Amino acid sequence: MQHFLNWQPSARLDTLKTRAALLAEIRAFFAARNVLEVDTPLLGQCGVTDPHLDNLTTELFGTTYYLQTSPEYAMKRLLAAGSGCIYQLGKVFRADEQSARHNPEFTMLEWYRVGFAMQDLIAEVGALLQKTVQAPPLQQVTYQQLFGKLLGVDPLASDAFESLQSALAEHSELRDWALAESELDILLDGAMAFVIEPQLDPKTPWAITHYPASQAALAQLDSNDERVALRFEVFYGGLELANGYQELTDAQQQAQRFHADNERRSALGKPPRTGDQRLLEALEYGMPNCSGIALGFDRLLMIALQKQHISEVLPFAIDRA
Amino acid sequence: MANYSTNEFKAGLKIMQDGEPCAIVENEMVKPGKGQAFNRVKIRKLISGKVVEKTFKSGDSVEGADVIDVDLAYLYNDGEFWHFMNNDTFEQIAADEKAVGDATKWLVEQDVCTLTLWNGNPIAVTPPNFVELEITETDPGLKGDTAGTGGKPATLITGAVVRVPLFVQIGEVIKVDTRTGEYVSRVQK
Repeated sequence: MQHFLNWQPSARLDTLKTRAALLAEIRAFFAARNVLEVDTPLLGQCGVTDPHLDNLTTELFGTTYYLQTSPEYAMKRLLAAGSGCIYQLGKVFRADEQSARHNPEFTMLEWYRVGFAMQDLIAEVGALLQKTVQAPPLQQVTYQQLFGKLLGVDPLASDAFESLQSALAEHSELRDWALAESELDILLDGAMAFVIEPQLDPKTPWAITHYPASQAALAQLDSNDERVALRFEVFYGGLELANGYQELTDAQQQAQRFHADNERRSALGKPPRTGDQRLLEALEYGMPNCSGIALGFDRLLMIALQKQHISEVLPFAIDRA
Repeated sequence: MANYSTNEFKAGLKIMQDGEPCAIVENEMVKPGKGQAFNRVKIRKLISGKVVEKTFKSGDSVEGADVIDVDLAYLYNDGEFWHFMNNDTFEQIAADEKAVGDATKWLVEQDVCTLTLWNGNPIAVTPPNFVELEITETDPGLKGDTAGTGGKPATLITGAVVRVPLFVQIGEVIKVDTRTGEYVSRVQK
């Protein structure tokens, strides 16, 4: 008999009870607001084009199927079909993501609110955090303000690349990488992860709004300032918790973003992914104006219980799966 | 030497950084949800011993370092070099003062030490965790004091100075933990 494999759960049983209670509270939160729960397929015929996200794949009926990294495309097709406001609370999968705060299979809370502008959704996230994990009121700051305050760099200025590179090179542990880097977006990602995020007060939930247009993902650009997108992220307890958009509804722009993503993927040496044609057709048909957000449920539980490692809140983390 | 991708990073992997062979101590993936993934790595520089943090873009490659650890018995010091021998092949290797460093005060003839070789040359010597050395100098302690409170300094045959209990005397052999430099016990002759 082998004695090397640990069969026991990653999380303590009392943590799993809190996990169940938090799932129930979230469902109650949305039930009270008449948001419909849906469960779209985790196995889809299309993956995502995001340059920095990779689907796990499997074979079915002789073709490749993609385990979904988020239920976004399918939920948007429901919105176009007239579902009204919807939420989904279920598993998603991301290849190659494993750390103290990543598990390749994790639980995502994703919801869409028809008729909501970005600010309406930010207010609702704040309410959800207060209701479910007793968070203090959410604070807002723009991406540009934050980079100015914490790095002395304007990320939207024409010389953003040079000023950001030299600001990052002052950090000895970032210097070699920053000086070798050639892309502004990657410098921005590193600055956010290594310099900005660690300085946010962990006791307060923060919404960082108006990401640069180059990082719009599936958000609309801001009609008042097209250098930025109506995209926000929520940080709390030292963790990146959620990512939200006032959603792009224009099929043509969506097709362009699929294309631009794939050019980035090629540049990164990754295989291109076919943009989801069913999503494009749904947008063509007409998706209502809405805002949507994806929130890492496991991380929310980590924050609520002050756990340092995601495996402490999962029944079985990937090393015991 | 082969290159390693960040995907292969793990504690113990030997890589070249700043022209110096280094060992990875800790490797952590850091990834913004929609953004580029990075490896935040803590490395120990094997020559200077300094521990530093570095950041790599995930997917990048770095040059590996040809570094191996070998267990060799200490033979003698000729004034300039410390000589070690492989007890199986009888092959001998000489390490200079820079490689031996602080280990010199724990070297006991015939004790098996770990030598770190970079491109075949010794860059570090790690003594056994415990060594037994004779005391050459220490103040006479009070007889009957066995509580060991406070203790006193004692110089060992290699020149190392450790704190020992008051009852330990010149000529006695003691066991010392080389990782902490602390007295463990007296050794019965």
